[in-house]
Amino acid sequence: MKFTGSQIVAEILLEHGVDTVFGYPGGAALNIYDALYEYRDQIRHVLSAHEQGAAHAADGYARVTGKTGVVFATSGPGSTNLVTGIATAYMDSVPMVAITANVPSNLVGRDAFQEVYITGITLPITKHNFFVNKIEDLPGALNDAFRIAGSGRKGPVLVDITKDVTAATMDYKSRKMPEEPKKVSGIDAEELKNIADIINKSKKPLVYLGGGVRAARAGEELGAFLKKGDIPAAHTIMAAGVLDADDPHNSGLIGMHGTIASNKAVDNADILLAIGTRFSDRVALNPKKFAKKATRIQIDIDKSEINKNVLVDIGMVCDAKDFLTALMPFIEKKDRSEWVGEVMELKKTTGDVKCDDADLHPSEIIGTVCDMTDKETVYVTDVGQHQMWAAQYLKHDKTCCFLTSGGLGTMGFGYGASIGAQVGAPGKRVIHFTGDGSFHMNLNEACTAVSQQLPIITIIMNNSVLGMVYQWQTSFYGNRFSATEPGRKTDFVKLAEGFGLKGFRAANMDEFTEAFKKALKEKGPVWIECIIGKNEKVLPMIPAGGTVEDMIIG
Amino acid sequence: MALKKEVISIFVDNQSGVLARVVSLFGRRGFNIDSLTVSATNEPTISRITIVFKGDDLSLAQIISQTEKLEVVRNIFTLEKEGSLFRELLLLKVKAGKEDRTTVKEIVDIYRGKIIDLSKESMIIEITGAPEKIDGLMNMLSCYEIVEVCRTGITAIERGWQEKEKQND
Repeated sequence: MKFTGSQIVAEILLEHGVDTVFGYPGGAALNIYDALYEYRDQIRHVLSAHEQGAAHAADGYARVTGKTGVVFATSGPGSTNLVTGIATAYMDSVPMVAITANVPSNLVGRDAFQEVYITGITLPITKHNFFVNKIEDLPGALNDAFRIAGSGRKGPVLVDITKDVTAATMDYKSRKMPEEPKKVSGIDAEELKNIADIINKSKKPLVYLGGGVRAARAGEELGAFLKKGDIPAAHTIMAAGVLDADDPHNSGLIGMHGTIASNKAVDNADILLAIGTRFSDRVALNPKKFAKKATRIQIDIDKSEINKNVLVDIGMVCDAKDFLTALMPFIEKKDRSEWVGEVMELKKTTGDVKCDDADLHPSEIIGTVCDMTDKETVYVTDVGQHQMWAAQYLKHDKTCCFLTSGGLGTMGFGYGASIGAQVGAPGKRVIHFTGDGSFHMNLNEACTAVSQQLPIITIIMNNSVLGMVYQWQTSFYGNRFSATEPGRKTDFVKLAEGFGLKGFRAANMDEFTEAFKKALKEKGPVWIECIIGKNEKVLPMIPAGGTVEDMIIG
Repeated sequence: MALKKEVISIFVDNQSGVLARVVSLFGRRGFNIDSLTVSATNEPTISRITIVFKGDDLSLAQIISQTEKLEVVRNIFTLEKEGSLFRELLLLKVKAGKEDRTTVKEIVDIYRGKIIDLSKESMIIEITGAPEKIDGLMNMLSCYEIVEVCRTGITAIERGWQEKEKQND
């Protein structure tokens, strides 16, 4: 049967089980959008306000569902607007396929209207990308894109299709994708026993887990392992929510704004077992002194992560779930209560110092939100102080329910990601924490939440300054507040009304609780602006390049 | 850690943009490359990239494992000095009038080079060989006025049979 290139795109999406896409149309994408119209009963298209929002939505959708997120954009600015979203997904290893239309192939290279070399631009921020200017290449490129995005260490892939290809026809036979047999990592049995042996002999072992554990959906396996070996575990922001916040072995967040418990533990451990994590500069703040007393063991699905940032004694290339499953039988049941007690004792010491320039405090807001929502709630953040507070104070307890831009640190990630999350998990409550800085970046997506009737609750922590930079200027730049006091007069309640959604303002806990109660009953999106103090800080903090010795607690 | 020179061979899909992918990766990760050559192979769908890299063992492991991740890379390996042949081509234009001509020719002959162009004022020398040999010739000619130098960078191959298997991995 003859299909157009655009119909082939739709057919292949269906073959890969895609029923939801995000995007924004345009001239070069007209044929593709015409096919999306034809397939509208099978593929839901969520129109964003801006392509960046669509890319973050595809990302949030992928993080929540575990499926590959799909985003469409037209040529030129449509595709360049995806760039931040693609880079965000790349840094956090989120599976995504971005399909962009380009100008007709006879115009490529002539600086045609809305032409841009998007495959060149996205070269360093995709796992791979394709430029398709012949229809025969289209099915192969799209199938490869899904294979690459969803395999190994996951990530974004871009397929750029010229407009003439989207209109051209060819014979195509749609087929159901065969279930790919899950690849089991080739684990070296001897090395595995060696690792188990080292752990069994250890008095003070510590697990340091990252996004790889979450990507492998290995929370349960990890929990069982920690229990059997009686081993404490510190997590990166990408692994927030993999372990229950109250798990007796979870010492909390590690790194710059991590807990005293986790940062001290890494300093005192005799074994550090790093699983699915890259010893980033926000965790191994001083790579030469990180876990200096410990034998360092690193497990990662990506070989290039081994020894990349911090030298390890043993490295194993392996999926986190496969590793933990294989390791379990060799781990001796132990009582390490003395060591666990030493680590967990410090978890009680927090850096929660409330400033008194406002009646509302982030820790209390987040605590109340946790108390009033169920365990299935999906929390999404933007980037900055509120993100760190969310990571510190949320009572995470379900794998994949904390969505944050950990690697790239993209302000403006939150609203788009919340939209994707709510579309992907319609039965779950989605709470979006943001700051006034981040929110101003992409709040235009409110119109999408309204048109799609998504009951996202956005909690804006408004301290009227660009808080994280402001904090650094306070601590390290002698109060020279360069470009962090924007002096905005945005009325978030009125703005919400303008968008067609409900807006509340809260200046104390009673007002917040009241507003949040109302918000939970709304059918559509809601904002709650929370007035917090500008001197509220994220603590504890270890300055960049420092160690636990340099920790600022209050 | 000690810096050393490594020659790395990369077999890649022969499609447009492949070199850009490899070079973009090196640029982004800050890998230090002395030279890079691309050549066809006996398999039309595959090209061979040979790079000379200076760095310690860790950065060598990084460059290999990062390059390996590229979709277009079929195989990558380092070439050990003992088991491999390294060759370069040099074209060199030197200022040599009638009084210098004979002595320059003598040096070129010793290095088994060829004089491929001659004018009243200059000559162009062609030589292929191991990089050390080319360095040697350059050194000998340094007391003359070298006008232009064109050096291809190393291309390399392993001795014996293993080559064929690597390409088809």
